[in-house]
Amino acid sequence: MRVLVTGATSLLGRTVVDLLMSRGEDVTVFQRHTTNTDVREILGDVGDADAVSRATTGTDAVIHLAARVGVTGVWKEFERTNIMGTTNVVVGARAGGASRFVHVSSPSVAHAGESLVGVGARSADPNSARGPYARSKAFAEHAALAANSADMAVVAVRPHLVWGPGDKQLVGRIVARARQGRLAIVGTGAALIDSTYVDNAADALVAALDKAPTIGGRSFVVSNGQPRPVRELVNRIVLAAGLAPPRIKVPYQLARSGGLVAERIWDRQERSDDPPMTSFLAEQLGTAHWFDQRDTRESLDWSPTVSLEEGFVRLAASFASTERVTS
Amino acid sequence: MKPVTLQPAALPPAGLPGLDPAWSRLIETPGVDGVGGTWHVLDNGVADAALTLLCVHGNPTWSYLWKDLLASAPSNIRVVAVDHIDMGFSERTGTTRRLAQRIEDLSALTAAMEIDGDVVIVAHDWGGPIALGWAEEHLNQLAGVVLMNTAVHQPSNASAPALIRAVRTPGILDKICVSTPAFVRGAAAFSRPRPPREVRMALEAPYRTPDRRAAIADFVKDIPLDPRHPTAATLDAVANGLVDLGDIPALLLWGPSDPVFSDLYLRDLEQRLPHANVHRFIGASHMLPVDVNIAPVVFDWLKGLDTEKAASFASVSGASLWSNIERLAHDDRVAVVDMGPDGPERAVTFAELADGVSSLASGLASIGLQRGDRVALLVPPGIDLALCLYASWRAGAVVVLVDAGLGARGISRALKSANPDYLIGIPKALSAARTLRWPGTRIATSELSRPVAALTGAKYSLDNLRAIGATSPIPDAPGPDDFAAVAFTSGATGPAKGVVYRHHQIQAQRDALMDLYDIQGTDRLVAAFGPFALFGPSMGITSIVPEMNVTSPGTLTARALAQAVDAVDATLVFGSPAALKNVAATARDLLPAERTALEGVRLLLSAGAPVPADVLRSATAVMVNATAHTPYGMTEVLPVADISLEQIDAAGTGRGVCVGIPVTGVDVLIDPLDTLGAPTGTTTTDPNVLGEVCVRAGHMREGYDKLWSTQHQASQPPGWHRTGDVGHFDSEGRLWIEGRIGHVVKTMFGPVTPIDLEHAINRIADVVQSAIVGVGPIGTQQVVAVIVIRDGSRRSALAKEPMADAVRSAVGDVDIAAVVVSPSLPVDKRHNSKIDRFRIAAWAERVLAGGRMGTP
Repeated sequence: MRVLVTGATSLLGRTVVDLLMSRGEDVTVFQRHTTNTDVREILGDVGDADAVSRATTGTDAVIHLAARVGVTGVWKEFERTNIMGTTNVVVGARAGGASRFVHVSSPSVAHAGESLVGVGARSADPNSARGPYARSKAFAEHAALAANSADMAVVAVRPHLVWGPGDKQLVGRIVARARQGRLAIVGTGAALIDSTYVDNAADALVAALDKAPTIGGRSFVVSNGQPRPVRELVNRIVLAAGLAPPRIKVPYQLARSGGLVAERIWDRQERSDDPPMTSFLAEQLGTAHWFDQRDTRESLDWSPTVSLEEGFVRLAASFASTERVTS
Repeated sequence: MKPVTLQPAALPPAGLPGLDPAWSRLIETPGVDGVGGTWHVLDNGVADAALTLLCVHGNPTWSYLWKDLLASAPSNIRVVAVDHIDMGFSERTGTTRRLAQRIEDLSALTAAMEIDGDVVIVAHDWGGPIALGWAEEHLNQLAGVVLMNTAVHQPSNASAPALIRAVRTPGILDKICVSTPAFVRGAAAFSRPRPPREVRMALEAPYRTPDRRAAIADFVKDIPLDPRHPTAATLDAVANGLVDLGDIPALLLWGPSDPVFSDLYLRDLEQRLPHANVHRFIGASHMLPVDVNIAPVVFDWLKGLDTEKAASFASVSGASLWSNIERLAHDDRVAVVDMGPDGPERAVTFAELADGVSSLASGLASIGLQRGDRVALLVPPGIDLALCLYASWRAGAVVVLVDAGLGARGISRALKSANPDYLIGIPKALSAARTLRWPGTRIATSELSRPVAALTGAKYSLDNLRAIGATSPIPDAPGPDDFAAVAFTSGATGPAKGVVYRHHQIQAQRDALMDLYDIQGTDRLVAAFGPFALFGPSMGITSIVPEMNVTSPGTLTARALAQAVDAVDATLVFGSPAALKNVAATARDLLPAERTALEGVRLLLSAGAPVPADVLRSATAVMVNATAHTPYGMTEVLPVADISLEQIDAAGTGRGVCVGIPVTGVDVLIDPLDTLGAPTGTTTTDPNVLGEVCVRAGHMREGYDKLWSTQHQASQPPGWHRTGDVGHFDSEGRLWIEGRIGHVVKTMFGPVTPIDLEHAINRIADVVQSAIVGVGPIGTQQVVAVIVIRDGSRRSALAKEPMADAVRSAVGDVDIAAVVVSPSLPVDKRHNSKIDRFRIAAWAERVLAGGRMGTP
């Protein structure tokens, strides 16, 4: 099967490509910058319809991971990459003859900020999604699923908090802050949060590709099915990096209002980096969000093979080996 | 001449919650009032129905009250709910309609609708007399009567007339009922819990303007409070007509918090319809069909009308409960000893007890006690309790036993539910009875001095009654099928239920215990566990309660136990686990003579909560010749199974607690749980199948008092008792209990039972206690461990990672989402040992959703 993977430079993207390659699929990656691997590469931006159509011509299947992420930023950029980009890839895939399309989405597309306790995959809602990233991904998911047809089965998969060795998003930021002594626990730290070890997320995306003809048009949240108190999750990551767990505690309301102030300052100064706290992040850290995995596991015929405990062991091993190399 | 139609009948506005517009119909009844009127009715329109429910609302409601019945009716039941003329969305005729007219109206409607098959009337509030009036005129098609919070008569002592009079004060009535929506809103405000705003709005929908509310005041005016009222004769006729309903199945559903139709009215209806099934929905109020969804209860009940009543377990009638007392009427052996702080204070021989029981029974009869009357006993275990209990039984009374551990509020609730005719108590209990208005003629155990009488409002004392009884004939004894007791014991959650026993069932329980433990007339019993103390005289053995606070079993010391054992030279000791735990903890204080006394004990029994083996082991360390046993059972049936300490050790560890092999005469079935943790109904005795434990025995309860629905649900399969415990049989036929069905965690991998996980966690060094609970929706719950650690902090917090690791590795395959450390776990008051997992689960749910930490 000829499979096109967009946005293959992220941790999840690389893992998916490796998995497909190991299965013997004919993989092409589409991304902005070369990664100098032996995978066939087409360089370009998803916002560029021509570049996209060059990549999609003749492909059998697409796993669409390319997205602009971040908790702040200019709406136009999210719109271009996430909404226009997805539309371009969907249109290109259909024109190019693909029969399967896995759109990588985010649970935040259906999250209005309240606690999510054992809920299923609810419909994406751009109106209530929090922040430009979630809102643009909600539009993107709608655009992708709207293209589901008899010719091309489209499935949306929403992995929740993907992490693993080499992850720069979640693990990288937490460890960097812990090193600087700037890592704080918001609220009681007891809110249960789902997360997904990267190998499991990659397995789920490929499972969705396999099952696409029977589950087209639907969305699935993917996680390890092992929610943990947010503080335990953070501590485990920090401990894996050989650091001491954080001792600073910030009350939830203070974090939320502080986040609002920081957002305004960052907005006014038009800074492109992320502020230390945002209201969105405070909500994410102070409220539960974990999901009912029964439908996902049954429909995708998939279940995680790497437990959180095993994942943390692998994370610690990777930190240990990096340190050996650097020292 | 037809009066002017002020407003025609209409359809309800769209969008009322739970109301299907397709149900609404307008029906004209030309004959009504000689002129005609148009009704709005809700009708699910089932053709060729096996049965029609005719639902009749009261004041100031409308057919909307019955939406749940319409929504969930089985396919062969037609549900017709009417709006009375001038009420709801029916026509406003501008006439004043009295009860007699309304009964005629309803008959005209059923004629117009050609409802001529079997009908069950369902009525609420003042719809009751209207529907019953209709029923009495349609006996040939009446298949059943379902009434809720209604009345056909004003019982004496009722406070409603005062309320009604107040509302009826001229000038006030129109203001409350018509010109303002106060009465309509007030009725909705009676609802407990407060219904959502949209439902309140829906109840008000037909009564928005004064011109639509005229009949509300007319209804209030039509309540006869004196015999000259124009409706008094009609209502009396309806009330008296109920004698014709003796063969008609009846169901009384009640919201006991109703400030108008209190339990007094329920009592009145129970007396008029003695065969009725009764269910009181604790916490619900006047607007019962709004407060609770009555539909499943009504349809369950209707289903039961077709099926034959399950043959009750073969009632082998043993000797009467007082037979041993009568047999020993000339025996000077000690029957009961009262223990005080400095040793035995008072003792009665069997001869004295027999004399006391007989004179007290006669005394009770001569003050008017009838067979079947209820006598509540608020007397601590001892001589007086034995006297009152056996005299009440002998006189044919149903004794109401309320666990003192329920506290004033729980006792109050239980007594209001049981509604005893007589209340025998110590002065302290009687003065509480007076303050808290517990029902029943009060009888004091102590001498009736003037201050006592003034304080307690007691009319009699035991001595009075015995004096009266000495010269009056002894009443006829009740038979084995007569009701004997209503026992209220504290459950894990919710208000206590009254467990009903007949004489033959208690006899069978006594005999089962005597057989199981080979109890002979030469045995002597120390009962440090309330319920067991009652059996001594019936078994014909000497009994004594040690000096302790019976409501707090953990107060029993080793010395107090030894002194009681010494006082009667006891061979049997019965104590709750909490009591035995404290006995072991205080054993070092024992004097040598006391140790010697304890050596005479041959059998040590413990029950009331799961009994840890080490508690039995440490207790037998001071009762060196005793075999330790623990019977498994509950208030509804005891014993179910039995296991000795040796057998516990032989069983080793497994999933849950091994309670042994079912005792002779008891059948046990397992009702397997499905993946969502719900019983499937395909019962089995196969080994290693997890399910709810169902029991059947001759010594099983009859049912629950005024809790028809609860009793119905607990009696499936018919004739069995669902224990609410979950467990399994092992390959050797031993029963293992894994917890309460409500405590099962319903994960995506299926049900997870808490007890064996807790045991595994409790084996971790530094863990003192633990509770396994679930958070999240059923079917995808996460497992949470709440633990108490040695020298832990005074505040709850997430466990540190090493402790979380220890807990996760202790439980093996089950994924524990969170480990929370808490300074203590809430336990129930009575046994001081049952962990309140519901409360812990509710707390964990909040905390793990990001809420405040606090403590469980």
